[in-house]
Amino acid sequence: MQNMTLTVMMLLPVLGALAIAIAPSTNELLTKQIALATTLIVAVAGILTTISFDFNNTALQFVESYEWIPSFGIKYAVGLDGIALILILLSVLLAPIVVLAGWNESEGGRWGAKTFYMLLLVLETMMIGVFASTDVFLFYVFFEAMLIPVYFLIGGYGSGERAAAAVKFLLYSLFGGLLMLASIIGLYVISGNNGSHTFDINELAGLSQYMSPMTQNLLFLGFFIAFAIKAPVWPLHTWLPDAAASATPGTSVLLLGVLDKVGTFGMIRYCLTLFPDASKTFTPVIITFAVISILYGAFLAIGAKDIKRLIAYTSISHFGFITMGIFAMTTQAQSGAVLYMFNHGFSTAALFLVAGWMIARRKSSTISDFGGLQRVTPVMAWSFFIAGMSSLALPGLSSFVSEFLVLVGTFTRYPVAAVIATFGIVLAALYILLPVQKALHGPTTPGNEAIKDLNLREKIAIAPVMAVIVVLGFYPSPLLNIINPAAAQVITSQGFSDPLPTSNGDK
Amino acid sequence: MGGNFLAPTLDYSLLSPILIVLAGAIIGVLIEAFAPRASRSSSQLFITLTTLATALTALIRNRNGESVTVAMNSMVFDGAGVLLQGSILVIAIISVFLLADQDNFTALAAALPGSNEERISVQQQLKVTEVYPLVLFAVAGMMIFPVASDLITLFVALEMFSLPLYLLAGLSRHRRLMSQEAALKYFLLGAFSSAFFLFGVSFLYGYSASITFSGIHDAVIGGSGNDVFLLLGIAFLSVGLLFKVGAVPFHTWSPDVYQGAPTPITAFMAAATKVAAFGAMLRIFYSVLAEDYLQWRPVLTLVALVTMVFGSLVAIAQRDVKRMLAYSSIAHAGFLLSGVIALNKSGLDASIFYLFAYGVATVGAFAVVTLVRDSSGEVTDLNRWSGLGKRSPLVATVFAGFLLAFAGIPLTSGFIGKFSIFSAAYESGATSLLITGVLSSAIAAFFYIRVIVLMFFKDSVEDGTSVVIPSIYTQFTIALSFIVTFALGVFPAPLLEFISSTANFIR
Repeated sequence: MQNMTLTVMMLLPVLGALAIAIAPSTNELLTKQIALATTLIVAVAGILTTISFDFNNTALQFVESYEWIPSFGIKYAVGLDGIALILILLSVLLAPIVVLAGWNESEGGRWGAKTFYMLLLVLETMMIGVFASTDVFLFYVFFEAMLIPVYFLIGGYGSGERAAAAVKFLLYSLFGGLLMLASIIGLYVISGNNGSHTFDINELAGLSQYMSPMTQNLLFLGFFIAFAIKAPVWPLHTWLPDAAASATPGTSVLLLGVLDKVGTFGMIRYCLTLFPDASKTFTPVIITFAVISILYGAFLAIGAKDIKRLIAYTSISHFGFITMGIFAMTTQAQSGAVLYMFNHGFSTAALFLVAGWMIARRKSSTISDFGGLQRVTPVMAWSFFIAGMSSLALPGLSSFVSEFLVLVGTFTRYPVAAVIATFGIVLAALYILLPVQKALHGPTTPGNEAIKDLNLREKIAIAPVMAVIVVLGFYPSPLLNIINPAAAQVITSQGFSDPLPTSNGDK
Repeated sequence: MGGNFLAPTLDYSLLSPILIVLAGAIIGVLIEAFAPRASRSSSQLFITLTTLATALTALIRNRNGESVTVAMNSMVFDGAGVLLQGSILVIAIISVFLLADQDNFTALAAALPGSNEERISVQQQLKVTEVYPLVLFAVAGMMIFPVASDLITLFVALEMFSLPLYLLAGLSRHRRLMSQEAALKYFLLGAFSSAFFLFGVSFLYGYSASITFSGIHDAVIGGSGNDVFLLLGIAFLSVGLLFKVGAVPFHTWSPDVYQGAPTPITAFMAAATKVAAFGAMLRIFYSVLAEDYLQWRPVLTLVALVTMVFGSLVAIAQRDVKRMLAYSSIAHAGFLLSGVIALNKSGLDASIFYLFAYGVATVGAFAVVTLVRDSSGEVTDLNRWSGLGKRSPLVATVFAGFLLAFAGIPLTSGFIGKFSIFSAAYESGATSLLITGVLSSAIAAFFYIRVIVLMFFKDSVEDGTSVVIPSIYTQFTIALSFIVTFALGVFPAPLLEFISSTANFIR
């Protein structure tokens, strides 16, 4: 009997969705309660898994493997390394927060609450699956299939030009996915020509020696473009602001907080591991694009008038940091990038959720419509302030640690890129402080006097997010202990060694 | 040749599936002649279904028989033949249920459109029950086509399934002129392509002095004949076959015929003709002309590339659901041609799987089309499908499922088919097919998704378009195709293994 932890974690949300399906559709409260209970149970399971994870062991843990389609060598194979664990933890922690914070999000949708929560729970299963898969084919199945619930969540429950945004999101992602499919087929055939057909990530990792540089570069690009669309990296980012602006705040949290991480996760798990030589070939180009993303996202954020778009642009800038950290090929930058994925998930969640509440109360998402919220709604204003500070990587808050690690780790190998990227921090101060000043401080402008502060449910939802942001800012080592061995292994398996002997200050 | 007349030896048990279908067709004709009008409809349906089911049972009983030539070398019994005939029978069975819904067929085929006679026949509630024996004759021809082992049998089978289809295409109840125009177009172009086909047959005979596949194969290996005759023979024969599968530039009939024919006939024709024609094509190129691949492969590759891209691009511009599905079937013909070009065992297996999966999904999709109607019959204008998801969520969801299968989204049969056929093509070195294939899949995804957007995210128009409550027969067709489409997406292993252990060609 194999350890079924991961499969059970993936089955639980599906069971929750089924329970919702058979629950009476008149009882909306029951639907929400089932959704909340399910996501909480999964979150507890995720925490227990993290506790029992042996972080000194760099081999995959919680491994399960069953034959799925033997004629193609396809397995249902899941397992965790430190990086996958961190991202699954992020997903399962954000899910109940999203449910609780967006208690009334399904209102104003095309369909009822039932469909909304069923889509959300199915999405949770796929989020766990996409990070847990250790079979490339299985990964691809989750990667593509998860687009469908997100598509309906944006298009059915969003606001504004929701249908157009949903389609743009889906087409971009499908295009990238199909390029990746071509690369996966390439891997499949090459594995067949050099042994037996397989999709096992560990077996495929040794395959690069059989590829000509040209083949390896093309296969790498197939994967990378798919992930760069997902992440998103400039110039493939244009779908994100539309999608984030149209989706409900909860969907946006999952979209930017978790789904986009599939892109950066994929870069580590698939691009670096499977195609080490091609990764080295393309590193200068990718680092350049990453730096452009950092600055471009920041500039767009400074100019943004819509609060949701602003958050989306800041994310493009942050994803630039993450991508740069991944391709800097040092343990430090790599660990920083993974930690950044986690931290970005929480700070974006905080920003989006609070922004969502502000927008719902003010009935406007234009920044200039807000003013002086600090006096009327102190709790909401403080939450937004802390989230913003975390987003600009204020020391003492979680993002600072990861951004610092990325910059230091990158500097040892690519000093110029690191120096230019540092300007991103300066710009971050601008794009966060300007709206904070406009919306929160100063005299209360007309239209904002009657806004109510956060209610108890909202306070309960945002409290754990704030706690994570603050605690990890001071004490990131529990996570780093999990991430570091995995990150170091990715780097050494690349045939890279850390360039400077002083790169041990991150413990 | 010459001298004594040899009584043909027929292996009745191996031929029994074909003979059963022919016998059923003749019984159907007798019923038309002698049974009272009132009882024809139900007895025809019963006879047809019994016939097809018995034939399928006979085929299943024979499935593990040794591969031999039968009927004096004019046909073969081999694994691929069994699989293709089985697919045709299954597709025929699920589409026959659609015929039972007689609203789609004209009351009296002989009556002029708009004439008094037509009005009277409608008032008398006449039904054209001739469709059943016609379909059975077509099925028999389709079953012979992929197992024919000489050129004369091949041609007879081609005509045998084409002639009933020409007739059936003209039997639409609504918009009869358009239907008759479609039938005439189909007939004229079909006759034209048959002429090409015969021309090719005569050249191949001139080249090899033999009409049997094994004789031609020997001549190709021997290389003693006149190569110009061989090339002309292949070229003209291919024109005839490519016409039937609807490949560019021989596709022009298909949108008109798909649109004009009664939808149940479109469903049957679109699915089953593809199986039969690709079956014959696979046999000819895999077992007869394989050694001459250097000559035909480049040309066929070009045809496949153009077909994929053209079908996907032109489908975008369609405003009629049946025409859109027609162009989508053209694109799929391009994908299927990759399986022919692959010329390896995995290409054969993949093609057979693809044909079956695509055929079933096609029948299901057209079955849904028959449900969307207004007072004057089916509504195929896509604009009037908008908001369908609001009015009939179940029907819209099912149709979206079929579209996702056509688009090749994971967890549908379409994805497994696409994966297997492209990997076979790439295995044979046809990188261009792989890359063009995934890119045109991306284009194709656009118009499939547009229909989903239309159904779910657009507001409905109040113009009397409604979804009729499907008859029990249509429900059965839709449910079965839907289940098969998704079951083959999630658990394709049994069928894939059955195909790969069974599929083989003999000459």
